[in-house]
Amino acid sequence: MPVKTFAQAINDALSLAMELDPGVLCYGLGVDDPKGVFGTTLGLQERFGEDRVFDMPTSENAMTGIGIGAALYGMRPVMTHQRLDFALLSMDQLVNNAAKWRFMFGGRRGVPITVRMILGRGWGQGPTHSQNLQAWFAHVPGLKVVMPSTAEDAKGLLLSSIFDPDPVIFLEHRWLHNLRGEVPEGDCRIPLGTSRKVREGSDVTIVAMSYMTIEAIHAVSHLEEQGVTCDLIDLRSIRPLDWPAVTASVRRTGRLLVLDSGNLTGSVSGEIVARVASDCWTELRAAPQRLAMPEYPEATSPSLTRGYHVRAEHIVDKVGALLGRPLESASLQKQRTHPHDVPGDWFAGPF
Amino acid sequence: MTSEVGSQLLFQMRRIRHVEQEIARRYGEGKMRCPTHLSVGQEGVAAAVGLALLPSDLAVSGHRAHAHYLAKGGSLRAMLAEIYGKVDGCSRGKGGSMHLIDEAAGFMGSTAIVGGTIPVGVGLAYGMKCKRTDQVSCVFHGDAAVETGVFFESVNFAVVKKLPVLFVCENNLYSVYSPLRVRQPEGRSIAAMAGALGMSTASGDGNDALGVHAQTTAAIAAIRAGHGPRLLEFSTYRWLEHCGPNFDNDIGYRSESEYQDWKSLEPIGRLASALIADGRVTSQEVAQMDERIRREVDEAFEFAEASPFPDPSDAYTDLHDASVAAPAEA
Repeated sequence: MPVKTFAQAINDALSLAMELDPGVLCYGLGVDDPKGVFGTTLGLQERFGEDRVFDMPTSENAMTGIGIGAALYGMRPVMTHQRLDFALLSMDQLVNNAAKWRFMFGGRRGVPITVRMILGRGWGQGPTHSQNLQAWFAHVPGLKVVMPSTAEDAKGLLLSSIFDPDPVIFLEHRWLHNLRGEVPEGDCRIPLGTSRKVREGSDVTIVAMSYMTIEAIHAVSHLEEQGVTCDLIDLRSIRPLDWPAVTASVRRTGRLLVLDSGNLTGSVSGEIVARVASDCWTELRAAPQRLAMPEYPEATSPSLTRGYHVRAEHIVDKVGALLGRPLESASLQKQRTHPHDVPGDWFAGPF
Repeated sequence: MTSEVGSQLLFQMRRIRHVEQEIARRYGEGKMRCPTHLSVGQEGVAAAVGLALLPSDLAVSGHRAHAHYLAKGGSLRAMLAEIYGKVDGCSRGKGGSMHLIDEAAGFMGSTAIVGGTIPVGVGLAYGMKCKRTDQVSCVFHGDAAVETGVFFESVNFAVVKKLPVLFVCENNLYSVYSPLRVRQPEGRSIAAMAGALGMSTASGDGNDALGVHAQTTAAIAAIRAGHGPRLLEFSTYRWLEHCGPNFDNDIGYRSESEYQDWKSLEPIGRLASALIADGRVTSQEVAQMDERIRREVDEAFEFAEASPFPDPSDAYTDLHDASVAAPAEA
């Protein structure tokens, strides 16, 4: 299988979807510019023309509604926001129209629109370029919310999102765009609502999403060296959420740690802990735990973000607390060779 | 103008008014259990635009949409059943008066958020452009909708892409109880303002149904010829309260004399008098129209009342396409 970056996998999925269905549109600020939204949309306009691939006015709300109208007409629009934060201007169209249309018109027609939103982090993205508001969208019946963490999943889930008959919010973490992985050729759709078991273990269930999965993999490997094995579940879809996979794992391990890339209060992790507490109460051997962003926005200065995000060492420490014994985590921090505000040497800004 | 256009407009306006008045008359029975925004007094614009559009053209509207839906050809029975919350309603009881749809008639939906369907109508037109059809997308909206950001955003895109959109602004002077003077600067012409965004616009007397029809027909011809979007602003007046079946001239936000002034200009009597005076319609034909309308409306109310309520389990349906594998959500 060819190895590609997450960004190339997104580009693959868009190209293939546009080949498969002439109704697929791809638009958003900068989709046809020289950078092509971090490479994800490069070359599409040349291949598919300006009617189907186009830049847009800075009109997030109307352009979302226009996508909805085009979807009602039979198109499959894919709209892209270079940051989720910009998409907040479109909440009316997303919540009142896209999410409601099928229901409020008694099932007469759905809205097959996909809205890509990129989640920023680090390099001084600051309070309004770094928000992880998946919980907002997951709260709304009628929306589906997808958060891939690998290149293969990015392609397979984006294809499924585009061909889904209903609106899908597709959240791409900026720190994943350069992640490499094997990506199948062709139509490799992955059903929405299915999680991926990343690691098998028996001591603790770790539920992760998006970039948190990467930190969790480092943590789980480190834990294995200390004789602790974890079930690591990458949710992939936030709504619908793969509850059977989560509860089955917790029933086996009796311990749950949820990793959330958003702020703690009102988060998806809170919903998962609540559901597990209700459904698996007697099987739990320790109080379910969460790691999420603290209760303030991400600041800009690197000196203010050093302790902001959940890293592998925090996960190891939390697993130790769940098991009631100290585990070594300091060496994880020492292994990190790049500054805390970038995902790796490949990232040198500007955004 | 043909006598056929005149009599069709007269028929549609009388039909819409009778429907609205019957809703108002029966509303107190408590069987239509949803907010209901009636169009009594504003029938001229709906009837004329509905007639000027082709059945294959599409339309969207807002919260006060009964007249637009009916004029576009939407099923009366399905609309009334919807207002009664019945399973035979156009939205199967999930939407009510503010969420009407009849895709077979090209009425693609009305929603309750002011301005909310404006971009949807523009998006329908983008689909038409992609598929190279010669359809027109008609966006019915009111004077308050032009105060929303999404109006400007939507018009801008329609102009940039030269999309086949007809914006029809019914200016009835009020947004709920708020008069234009607290919402827009004195002397503003909505048509002129919208024209500054780069499309041809015009204003007209919304209570002159023949005039509305002529202006709209010309605008649609230009749109179909590929000249891009048009906006028409028509002045008119709603007789009843913003929402509900009552007159509310006594509560202080507008005056009885203002209402009487507008009522003297109302569209139906004006057209009837003109057509009768010209000999294009006889009083007897008008009486026959009314009898036909009365029978249709009575039968539609009977249908709505007789239709069953949806099963309570229907509340769980229509959230997602049921043909897609059920998510593990429940």
